[in-house]
This record gives sequence, C-alpha cells and structure tokens, in this order.
Amino acid sequence: MSKINFLKPDKSNLNTFLYLGSFLFFVSVLDVLLNSFFSLNLTGFLPGFLSYFLPMILGFIGLYFIRIELSGIKQLDLINKHINTNNFNAILSLLIIFIILKSIPPILSWFFIDASFAGDTKDVCTGTGACWTYIKVWIRRFMYGMYPNGEQWRINLSFIALALLGSVGYFATDKFKKYLTLYYVVIYPFIAFLFIFFFISGGPVFFDFSYGIIAAILSIIIGFFIPSKFKFYYFLIVPFALYILLKYFIFYEELIELGKLDGLNWVETGAWGGLSLTFIISFFCLIFCFPIGMAFALGRRSGFPLIRYISIGFIEFWRGVPLITVLFMSAVMFPMFLPADFFIDKLVRCIIAISLFEAAYVAEVIRGGLQALPRGQYEAAKSLGMGYWRMHIFVILPQALKLVIPGIANTFLALVKDTPLIFVVGLLEIVGMLNLAKTNPEWLGFAMEGYVFAAIIFWIICYAMSKYSYNLEQKYKTDR
Amino acid sequence: MNFKLKDIGPQLMTVIAVVLVFGFFTYNAQVNMENRGIDFGYGFLSQESSFDVQFSLIEYDGSHSYFRAYLVGLLNTILVSVIGIFFATILGVIVGIARLSPNYLINKFAAFYVEFFRNIPLLLQIFFWYFAALRALPLPQDAEAMFGVAFLTIKGLFVPAFIWQNFNIFLYSIVAAIIAIIVIRYQAKKLQETQGKQTPVLLISIGLILILPLISFLIGGVRLSFEVPVLKQLATTSFIYEGGVSLPPELIALALSLSLYTATFIAECVRAGIQGIGKGQKEAAASIGLTPNQVLKLVVMPQALRIIIPPTTNQYLNLTKNSSLAAAIAYPDLVLVFAGTALMQTGKAIEIVSITMFTYLSLSIAISLFMNWYNNKIAIQEK
Repeated sequence: MSKINFLKPDKSNLNTFLYLGSFLFFVSVLDVLLNSFFSLNLTGFLPGFLSYFLPMILGFIGLYFIRIELSGIKQLDLINKHINTNNFNAILSLLIIFIILKSIPPILSWFFIDASFAGDTKDVCTGTGACWTYIKVWIRRFMYGMYPNGEQWRINLSFIALALLGSVGYFATDKFKKYLTLYYVVIYPFIAFLFIFFFISGGPVFFDFSYGIIAAILSIIIGFFIPSKFKFYYFLIVPFALYILLKYFIFYEELIELGKLDGLNWVETGAWGGLSLTFIISFFCLIFCFPIGMAFALGRRSGFPLIRYISIGFIEFWRGVPLITVLFMSAVMFPMFLPADFFIDKLVRCIIAISLFEAAYVAEVIRGGLQALPRGQYEAAKSLGMGYWRMHIFVILPQALKLVIPGIANTFLALVKDTPLIFVVGLLEIVGMLNLAKTNPEWLGFAMEGYVFAAIIFWIICYAMSKYSYNLEQKYKTDR
Repeated sequence: MNFKLKDIGPQLMTVIAVVLVFGFFTYNAQVNMENRGIDFGYGFLSQESSFDVQFSLIEYDGSHSYFRAYLVGLLNTILVSVIGIFFATILGVIVGIARLSPNYLINKFAAFYVEFFRNIPLLLQIFFWYFAALRALPLPQDAEAMFGVAFLTIKGLFVPAFIWQNFNIFLYSIVAAIIAIIVIRYQAKKLQETQGKQTPVLLISIGLILILPLISFLIGGVRLSFEVPVLKQLATTSFIYEGGVSLPPELIALALSLSLYTATFIAECVRAGIQGIGKGQKEAAASIGLTPNQVLKLVVMPQALRIIIPPTTNQYLNLTKNSSLAAAIAYPDLVLVFAGTALMQTGKAIEIVSITMFTYLSLSIAISLFMNWYNNKIAIQEK
C-alpha cells in the first residue's frame, strides 16, 4: 500500500479514505444518537470538555476524508454536493444533524410517550409529558366558545352547508360557469349571512329564514319554465314576491296556531367564540374587504384629483395604525359617533373595523397589479370604444387580479392571523378561550398544551391557504 | 374654463358623501357628549395621572402628568421596537442567506423555520413565550449566573449596569470617529472615481471606531465600571436581584416573539433580493476581472440592497405596529399605558384614541416618506 497523503484525500486512495471517513462520521452520529435516545455516553471516560466536542471533531474529520471530487460513486457525489461542499458547510451540516438528533427524543416524549390522553380529570396528568386530556375536556369551549352545548349542531350544520354551497364551483357545468362570479360575489355571501344571522344566532326570526329558503327554491323550480328573455326580471321580482306572500298571507298564522315550531333559541354574539368565531370573522372580513379594497385601488388611480386624494387618505390612514388601536376605536370611540338609541352589535363592529383595515392593504396590493399592466392594455380597450367601467371589468381587472394572487393571499393570511386580536373588545376566539381556560382553578398549569394545540390548528390553516394560493397562481399564470 | 358635468359629477358626489358621513359622526358625537356631560379637550394631558407604570425608561410615578405617562408609553414602544428590529434583522439576514445555501440541510432548516414561525399568529406566539415558555424559568434564588454576571429568572433578566465617568467625552470621541469615517469614505470615493485607486475603507473605519474611544479612555479620563446584580431576600420565600439593569419578562417575551416572527419576513425579503440579481450580472463582473469579493461588494450587494431595503423597512414598520400587542401581556407600551389605563381613568375616549392613532400614523408616514425619498434616490437612472 502506498503512502497516504492525509492532508489531501483524492481518488487514488478512494477506498481507504471512504472507509475511514464513513467510519468516523458513523461513529460521531452514533455517539450523539445513543446519547440522546438511550442516554448512554460512549465517550464518558474522556474529560468533560473533550467528550462534549468529540462527535463534532470526529464527524468533521470523517466528512473531510470523504470529500473526494468525482469519486465515481453516485451516492458519495450526491452527499458531497449537497451537504459537504467545504469545511464550513460540513460543520453546519453536522450541527444541524446533531440538533435534530438531540431534539427529537424530548419532543417525542412530551408529545406522545409521556403524554396522557385518557380520563377526563386533571388527576390523570401526572407524567412529565403533555396533558392532552385538558384539550379533550375543553375541546367544545375551544371550538364553540360559550355557545350552549345542546345547540352546537347549529354551528356544525351551518358550516357544513356553507362548505357544500361553497364547493358548487367545482361541480358547475359549462352552462352555469358564467354565473359563478355572480354567485360567489353576491349570492353566496348573502346565503352565508342568512345562515349566520338566523341560524347560528337563532331566535324567532328563524321563520323568516325558512320562508326565504322556501321562496328561493320555489322560484328556482318555476324559473326553469320561464323563457330566457324574461328570466332576469323574473328573478328580480318573483322570489321577493313569493317571500312576502309566504310570510304575510299563507303560513304565518297557521304556524303560530300550531305552536310547535317556536324557533331556535337566541344565542347572543357574546357567547360565540372559539375556532368557529375565527372562521366567521375571517369569512366575512374576507368577503367585505375585497370589494372595498378594489374600489379604493381604482380610486387611487382615478383621474379625478378629489377622489384620488380621498382614496390616498383612506388607504394611508388604515395602513398607518395598528389593528389593535382600530379595534379599540370600534369598541370605545365608535359608539360615540352613532345616534344614542342606535346600537350595533360588538361582533358586527369588529367585522366592520377589520374589513376596513384589511381593505386598505388589499387596495395597495391591487394597485400594484394595476400599475404592472402595460399601458397598451388600457389603450387597446379604449380604442375598442369601451368606457371606464367596461374597460376595467372586462379587460383590466381580470388581468390585474391574476397578477396579484400571491399578494392577496398574503393579505388574507394576515387577516386570519389577526383575528385573535378581537380579545380587545371582549370577544374570545380560540386564543382568547385558551387564556380563559388557563385561568380556571381546576386546570391550572396547562398553558403550554393549549398554545401548542392552537398553534397546530393555525399552522395547518395558514399553511394550507398559502399552498392553495400557490396552486392558484400556477393555474392562472398566463404568458404575455 | 370649461367645466364638464362628466368630470365634476363623480367628484362632487364623493365629496358630498364623505362630508355627510363625517358630519353625521361629528353631530352624533356632540349630542352624545352633551348627554353624558363630557367636554371635549386636551387639557387633561397636564393633569396629575395618579397611576403607576411598572417599567419606565424615564422617571415617572403617579404624581406626574398624563403627558408624561404618554411619553413613558411611547418610549417603551420605541424600546421594544428597536430591540426587536435589531435581532430580527440579524436573524432574518442569516436565515435569508441560509435559504439560498447549496447545502441541502441548511436550506431545509431555514425553510422550516420560515414556514413554521410565519404561519402562527403573532399574538399566539407572544402568549406562548410569556405564559408557557418563560414560566419554566427558575426562581431568582435558583437561577444560575450566565457568564457569572447575568441572571435569567422568572422575574426577568438581570444584567450588570454600566457606570460611566465622563460619559460625554466618550460620546464625543464616537461622534468624532463617525465624522472622520464619513469624510474618509467621501475622499475614497472621489479618489476612486478620479484616479481609480482603491482605499481599504472598511479597515480604516473599524480602526477609527475602535481607537478613538480607546484614546478617550487613556487620556480623556473616561472610566467604566460594572454594577453586578445581587440577590436580596425580601421575605422568607421571596427573592429579587438588586442593582444592575432588570428587564421585565414581558419585554423579553415581546421582543423575542416580535423578532422571531418578523425575521421570517425579512428572510424572505433578503432571499428575494439576492435571487433578483441575474446570473449574467455576476458573470459579467467576473469576466472583466473582478475577484469574487469585489463582485459581491461592487456588483451584487448594491443591486440586491435596492430590492431588499424597501420591503424590509415595511417590515420594520409592521414590527413597530405589532408591538402594540404588548397590551395583551401587560407590557406598559403606548397602547396599554395611554389607550388603556389613562383612558379608563379619564374617560376621554375620542381624544386618547385619536392621539394614539395619530402617533402611530405620524411614525409610519414619516418612515414611508423617507422610503419614497430613498427609493427615488437609489432608483436606476434610465436614459
């Protein structure tokens, strides 16, 4: 065997270096692995300082030995290219491998091995791990807030119904595709509002709601037999006429006489809470902030100076203040600005405040898209004789909105992440409920479990949203 | 003048609508305040506040005015923002560069960090650090010293205080060093443009900023000593550290979560900025004989900074605004002290909320004006 130049591993002594390097690297990883998983210290006989750094040193030498360019072994080249390009990278790679190995056992044992899942009292949580029993016991509060247990099916049913109605777009045939925008922008939010207001809120008004649905279904069925020429006017008039007819002339008296259907219990918005409230607020703010933001984006680029300045003022005002002060304003200042006998519900005030706040951000994002469009698009549209609205609706906005999908998605993500701030006005969504549960004298000391639970939920929602927006962006990407 | 109804109509309608809305609000506010017997005015600012604030940078107690309370809150907001910005920038730049590393492990680790912290609401993170993580810290009597002088306990972080003598001379020396560096940079740039000579500006600057203050120590009579916190027993089971500087746990939790959260956004800005520089730029620079260091210094960084700085400033602004979440964990910032306690005591909802909003508003407008000016200054001059 020829003399080995230890300072420079090269291809001529490939096997020697490969075996030696892999062995050293393997030993170093094994040492850390045994240390963290089985708390064995292989190098315990060495002085403390050396024992601590030995895996690092061994691993580093090992990686140095196997760093051979163009070795001809595919796996080795891959490793060298990805984690072992030079000394600095080798150290960083080792550090990260060690950190991962070191942190897996405590995390695993806290989450699963030492955690308690069974039972429904605090007594079962004696281990050092997480107490998931706490989450199990409190899950209804975290999901529905103070909403009465017996009535929670109303929230579930509404959310399922709205999810089904929301997924209509995927099943729509080509014939109905052109109505989808109208459906999602006008009809769907309206239905959602009816569901939330009459169904989740409940109360005697439930009758109105059922009349509305009956009227809508009846008019749609009859609508199939109406010639398409009159369809527009038909849908403009008949559903409302039917509704009024049902309400005042036909069913009302009889139902009162029956006395059986006394409606749902009224649940005031103060009792709403938990994750469902997060969804409700996010949903409505999302729906409202988009058109408002679009209007102000157009206003800011308008040719009329007064409209432009008003839009700029609006946008910069909301963008300049923190959301928490806006919510403060909606809580303590806004009631002063309304007539004395005029009362707006806390939740509604909150939704208005968040919508206006996010609308300013949406406006700036959309303005970015409008500015990015080449002037030729405007000129081409004008040369076809289109007016302002026609040009924007059919030519400019569809292109501009496609461009800003990532920005809009980021704003919506920020909106979802901002909902916990409503604790300022005393509404408790999931994070607020956690803080409440944590102060319950029977369940003290489980703050960590609660926050980890909420963090996982929020992480899943936000991560899914950002992935979805990425897909949307890829889908609508058009080459120009 | 040729007025057209088409031009005037929409504007007039908008203005009338805005005026009507504002008029409606003002009228109602007046009526409501009359009914409740509240009078409008900012005179309360000079009244005695008679509430205490736990943590304050300036001297403050209940006998000071409301305006002083406002200043206390504002300074606390600025303090936590500055700390947060400092750490967020360091962490963000490191993670942003790590995201571009060819090393698979580092790259994925940085990506994991960004995706993890970005998708969890900031308020939840603040609560987590304050109510869960920092509560696991030891009690003052059990705390182990870090480097022998600092103590991290459940009651906060206690670090040694600096005690200066002739601090002003030290300050002058630093100012002098900074002025000298600016002059030298200017001269070096001129020298390079006229004669093509390169001067090691960085080395000279580092030397100056180290040597001048050192001289002030040697001959200027500046003395520096440390006051190490000492454990003191208040009652049988209650201990606290005295002396030195104490940072309350609220401040630590807030600064920690703000910097961890904002660093993810800064990292994305940095990554986008460096990725935005085309490969051709680097290749062109290399082909005219620049060394890799010069390529980075003269070609890549100036262009990358142009992309990085505007969104990063935006993130700084966001951090400052997000620091108002302090109210949730009772860190005495502007919102908690002024829009919380002071509002409760005086009941002057409109005045106090408007002052608070105006403060944040002027802060962000000032920064965005500066950004506009800076953008115009560094924008590529196309001919």
